[in-house]
Order: sequence, then C-alpha cells, then structure tokens
Amino acid sequence: MKAMNKAIKGRQSRKVFKKEMMWSYLFILVPLCTFTIFTLYPVLSAAITSFQKYRPLGSEWVRFDNYINTFKSNLFFKALKNTFVYSVITVPVSMLLSFSISIMIIPFRRKVQSAFKAAFYLPAIASGVALSFVWKWIYDPLPTGLLNSVLGVFGISNQNWLGSSKTAMASLIIMAVFAGLGQNIIIYIAALLGIDSTYYEAADIDGAGFFQKVRYVVWPMVKPTTVFLSITGVINGFQSFQNAYLMTGGGPDNATTMAGLLIFNRAFKYFEYGEACAQALLLAGIIAIFAVMQFKLSSSDVEY
Amino acid sequence: MGLYKKYIGKYKYKAKIRNTFIAVILLCIAAVTLFPIYYMIVSSFGAPTEAGGASYSLIPKAFTLDSYKFFFDYSRYSVRWLFNSLVVAVTVTVCNVVFASLAGYAFAKMRFPGCKFFFFLLLVAMMVPYQVTQVPLYILVVNVLKLQDTYVALVAPTLVTCYNVFLAKQFFTSLPTSIIESAKIEGCSQPLIVWKIVMPLSKTILSVMAIMTFLGEWNTFFWPFLVCNSEAMQTIQVGLKNFSFANTTYFAPMMAGATISALPMFVLFFSLQRYFLEGVTVGAVKG
Repeated sequence: MKAMNKAIKGRQSRKVFKKEMMWSYLFILVPLCTFTIFTLYPVLSAAITSFQKYRPLGSEWVRFDNYINTFKSNLFFKALKNTFVYSVITVPVSMLLSFSISIMIIPFRRKVQSAFKAAFYLPAIASGVALSFVWKWIYDPLPTGLLNSVLGVFGISNQNWLGSSKTAMASLIIMAVFAGLGQNIIIYIAALLGIDSTYYEAADIDGAGFFQKVRYVVWPMVKPTTVFLSITGVINGFQSFQNAYLMTGGGPDNATTMAGLLIFNRAFKYFEYGEACAQALLLAGIIAIFAVMQFKLSSSDVEY
Repeated sequence: MGLYKKYIGKYKYKAKIRNTFIAVILLCIAAVTLFPIYYMIVSSFGAPTEAGGASYSLIPKAFTLDSYKFFFDYSRYSVRWLFNSLVVAVTVTVCNVVFASLAGYAFAKMRFPGCKFFFFLLLVAMMVPYQVTQVPLYILVVNVLKLQDTYVALVAPTLVTCYNVFLAKQFFTSLPTSIIESAKIEGCSQPLIVWKIVMPLSKTILSVMAIMTFLGEWNTFFWPFLVCNSEAMQTIQVGLKNFSFANTTYFAPMMAGATISALPMFVLFFSLQRYFLEGVTVGAVKG
C-alpha cells in the first residue's frame, strides 16, 4: 500500500513537474525568439559578413580583406582616437560634476531635493533630436549666435564652434556632459542617502572637517557607484552616434567622426556592409577590453 | 549628525546662509541644463521663418502660434508621425511588460533544464553593442523580410528587451516563494499565478519598466530612421528631421513639433516622477 502510494505520488509529481516545465518554456519563448532573431542571428551574420563583400544575391568571400582595409585606413584610427578622447573627457567630467552637485543637493529637505533632481533630469526626457538642434542653434557661428553673443560680453572673440576642427569636439563634449548629468545625479544621490550616519559621527569624533568627510567617508562609500557609472559611461560613450550625426555629420575634416558614425557611414552611405561589420566587431572587442580593464583596475580596492 | 555640520541655537542663521549659498549655485547650474528646453519652448512661439531670418531673442518678442500651424500644414503626415510614435511606443511597452514578466517569473521561480544557460544568453545579449547588430538587422528586415515602412519592422526588434527580462527576474527573485507554493497547492495554474499573484505584487517595478520603455521608445531615433523611407510611416523623432535641410532649417516649426512631442513626456514625468526617478536607480544601486 505504502509503496503504491509512493509510486502514485511520484508519478503525479513528475506529471506536475512536466507541466511546469512546459509552462516555463512557454513563458520564455517570446524573449528567446526575439533574442535569436534580433541578437543571436545578427551577431553570427555580422561575423560572417565581415569576411564577405555583400551583394543582395550571393555575397563573395574576400577572406580578411575587410579587416585589412580597415587597418589600412587612417580614418578608422582617427575615429577611434576621437571616440577615445570623447569618452575619456566626457565621463570623468560628467561624474565629477554630478558628484559635486549631488553633495550640494543633500542638505535640503526631501521636497527641494526632488525638485532639483527633476530639474537636472528633465533634459533626459526631452527628445534627443530636438535638443541636438537647439544646441546647434546655441553654437551658431554668427556673432549673433547665442554662445557667441554671451561670450562676446566677456570680450571673447567669435568662434565657429561646430565648424572648426579645434572646437567641434569640445562643443559635442560640453553638450554630452550637460545632457547626461541628470541620470548620474539621481544615482549618486541614492547612493549618498544610503550611507549610514554612524560613519559621519565617527568622522566627527575624529575631528574631520567637511572636505575631509567627503574625501575619506563619502568618496570611498560611493565607489561602487562610481565604478558602475564610469563603466556604463565609457560603454555608452564608445557607442555614441546620434549627436555627432545630427550636429556635425562627423566634420569638419572628420574631427568629430566617431566609431559609431564611421560604421554607420560605411554601411548606409557607402553600402560597404562587410567592412562595416568588420569595424563593428573590432569596436565591440575594444569596448569589451575597456570594460574589463576598468573593472579590474577599479575593483581591486572596492568592497562590495 | 550628517555630512553637513549642524548648527544649534543662535548659530542657526549660519546654516541658512550656507544653504542659500548652495541653492544659488545649484540654481545656476540648473538654469544651464534647463536652458535648451526653455529655448525649445520659447522659440516654438516665434514666427515660422527660415533660419536666416530668425532672431535669437531669449524672451519671445511676439507670441504667435503660426509655427504650430506651419508644423501641421508642412506635411500631410504631421499628425500621423505623432500617431505612429504612439502606436509603436504603446505596443512595445505592453509587449515588454507582459513578456518580460512572464520570462522573468520563469527565470526567478521555476526550475527547468537549461534555465541558467538561457539566462546567461540574455545577459550576454545585453552587452552586445548595437553597431554589431545594426547592419545584419537592417539586411534582415529590409532586404530579406521586405518589411520596410511597416509597423512590424518598427516594433519587432524591441518587442521584449533582455534588459527588461533581467530587471523582472531580479525583482521577482525577492518575492517569497511560499506564496507561490501555496497558490500551486490551491490548484492555481502557472499563468494565473503570474497574473493574480506575481504581477499585483510587483506593480511598482512593472510601472517603472513600462515608463522607462515608453520613454525610450518615444524618443528613439536611430532604428525608425533606418527602416522608414516613406513619410507616412515615420515616427515623430524622424519627422522632426524633415524640417532641416542642407543649408537651412525651419527652426520655429521644428521646435513647435519638438514641443508637441515632448509635452506628453513632461506631463507623464511630473505626474509619475517617483517612477521615473526610481527607474534610473533601479539597475544601478544594490540594496
């Protein structure tokens, strides 16, 4: 009797388990399909296409030609250099600024805090296309242009902001810093509010001043946040495309051609799909190397 | 005791002075970050002249709605752009919430062979830069499937994003398993568990997901720009670009369109601010 019961129970539970398994596969079916069609297939296809000269009907194998052409072109390295400069300046400047702003927001009441948070986050909600045209307007090269007329008051002469290879990159960086501020501030404030007040009390007893507290209590405490923001910031910076495309088109003299734009142009302006894929894979490799390096460098003394 | 020194008794005025000083600095920085938005709204009320004739006044000299009229008359599809954006954003949002919570539940609370492997795949997929997939995806959608200028092409690639599945899984893992177990004992089927128990318990995280997905989809430019050739199928972000030409821009009408497109987002933001701000931190801060 006992054995029979056990057998029946086992069969039942196996049946239930099987049913549950069926449901679980059903639940993950759609994400798995979209993943297969829109991520897995494209990645494999990109790897294959990078060794081909793409033609709609039957591509031609060209072995490593696409990679060789990429490494031969000066533009690729220039674009990489531009991307590097852009990220390496934008990310630390934006983080330092948002860290200081978050610390300045902290002493206020909750209501005032969220008002400031909203004010800094609002540009992230407005459409990037519209904002890029507003910034283009701000950078207008005429003496009547906004930035020029403001700086004219201080006696700074007229600049051709987006049109000169000296200032174009700086202009894009300034815009990126101000547009990306809000997100960092909100994340930093969340981290700051999570610091236990006992740490401050201990610092007070040791006689630490405000700046010492920031340096020796706050900064180490929010380091995991800083690491997270810097890694995602660099990853996003390396992929940036829209602002350069809409505002400068990569010019003048390719001073603002970044990897994202270079690949876009290769693919959708010159229709060199194979070379575009090769460049994209190289970029992905570079991003991965950077992310791992950053993580290794910064995680050595982070305590999670 | 906090980061800032506390002043007690007759020294309270010192704290006031300090806070006012900080507030002034913050307001100055906020003025710079908000300026582009202010300028977008102000110039949308200007006259619909071409770039050369426009003025750079910071305060509107003449208040006219001509640019709004110009925006709607400019193309017969002006309203359609807004409609397209709405269709795409709503579809993508609904699909993401439904499918991501189903999959998130499966990964969080169900045991099945390959569970870890499939989840690992999704994690890897999140790290692939879009440059790698853009060309094959374009070839697939436009050349192979011939889906150019269709809603399917606009919606399909972001139907359910790996990030949202990940987000749902992270949150659902923290739900107590005992509730789900007892529902199972009561004879509740798996889809019903998700619908009746898991989703109501996770309203906040699902709202955050819905809002961030909607916002992202409404403002997206790149993919619609690639797959929409005909004006009738463009979304509002792509449509805005039509007001800019090689050597001139209809700035005021473009800003009118931008203001119209930003308005629903601003309304959403101010009424659901909590969710927006939570959405930013949700993936970033542990604990």
